Amino acid sequence: MPSGIQFRDVSFRTAEGRLLLDGISLAVEESSTTAVLGRSGSGKTTLLRTVNRMIEPTAGEVLVAGQNVRTADLITLRRGIGYVIQETGLFPHFSIERNVGVVLEAEGRAKEERQRRSRELLGAVGLDPESFATRMPHQLSGGQRQRVGLARAMAAQPGVLLMDEPFGALDPLTRAEMQDMLRALLDRLHKTVLLVTHDLDEALYLADRIVLLEQGRLVASQTPEEFLRSREPAIVSYIRAFHRGEHQAASHGGAQ
Amino acid sequence: MSSGFFVQYGGEVATLTLEHLWLTGAAMLAATLISVPMGIALTRAPHWAKPVIGVANILQTIPSLALFGFLLPLPWLGERAARIAIVALTAYALLPILRNTYAGIRGIDPAVLEVARALGLTGRQRLFMVELPLAASFILAGLRTATVTCVGIATIAAAVGAGGLGELIFRGVASVDNRLVLAGAIPAAGLALAADGLLGVLEKLTAVRR
Repeated sequence: MPSGIQFRDVSFRTAEGRLLLDGISLAVEESSTTAVLGRSGSGKTTLLRTVNRMIEPTAGEVLVAGQNVRTADLITLRRGIGYVIQETGLFPHFSIERNVGVVLEAEGRAKEERQRRSRELLGAVGLDPESFATRMPHQLSGGQRQRVGLARAMAAQPGVLLMDEPFGALDPLTRAEMQDMLRALLDRLHKTVLLVTHDLDEALYLADRIVLLEQGRLVASQTPEEFLRSREPAIVSYIRAFHRGEHQAASHGGAQ
Repeated sequence: MSSGFFVQYGGEVATLTLEHLWLTGAAMLAATLISVPMGIALTRAPHWAKPVIGVANILQTIPSLALFGFLLPLPWLGERAARIAIVALTAYALLPILRNTYAGIRGIDPAVLEVARALGLTGRQRLFMVELPLAASFILAGLRTATVTCVGIATIAAAVGAGGLGELIFRGVASVDNRLVLAGAIPAAGLALAADGLLGVLEKLTAVRR
């Protein structure tokens, strides 16, 4: 079931009175990938978590597939949205196969169906089911665990995928592999993806649209091409911060 | 000990051992039925954890002989010594089980609980599929501590006439007969060791590599 996400003037204020999201309006198109950039504390994760109601906005509304998440049945809503986080949060006492099928298990689906689906998904994220299905999470590397996390998020065929710094803890080579795998997967499966990341290159590589948050406010929502060409000071300084190394290397080369 | 001693006391030791097991077992069951749900409830309302665990802590500092004495004049309870013993032993077993249930669940990786919630597991599913299995070895460790302690304390229950292996010990002390003291003490120590070993194995079996 494909579905888009709409944020309508969404604000979130903590109990202590800190404003983490400040009137965000944004439409995430169906079957597209939107990357949310911004420095730590800019509200990226908070915004992401309003979609599956892990956080309730204090003002405004969030719609998934046209339905206001506030009035949706919470369990049904969450089972229809994939969720991937940097720490993976794999269940340490479940085999890999059971981890992947956990949402189907929660839905009460038959064991054969869960196993079939788990193995199918392990294959899709590049893990050989024969050798991985029965292993335990602690026996996997960080990259492999993240693949399992992704497979688990997609088990119930959600239309929406929320990803919070999914590859943030991985080394650059593994991260690049994961990005390739995700991109190939999304080309095939057409999910509506909201991807929170610090990594500009990851955003440029994976996203159809880049959103920049600053202190809870949306300062840009553009295509990657527009984003790179932008003269907006906030965007320019973000890009510059990210590519300092290249400038430095280039200027060294020039001096020699 | 001569074989004559065994002939004379063997049957009694067996009966008292069973009585001892019954007193301790009943108290452990009651304490588990109270402490585990209470520990779970405390993880949902952590601001209550300190006061509630504090009360259980105070219960544990009451000297056992005094606690048996306090319960003696109470209606219903005071009518049967075994009731007093079971209630007192239950009180002593509350703290370790309660504290370990609470700590075991609170110690679960927050990312695991976050994902369980975000993927749409219901509260009941999170409890039975995630929290209790991951806390099981902690809860069993609490039960183990409680059981070993209570097997020992149960010997004192004989002072109020509740029976158990303490009876032989008290009689032996009164009649200055070390054989009688040992006839009570050795099986009691054996029970404690057996409980410790058995629950230790269960604890290992349920341990999860996190």
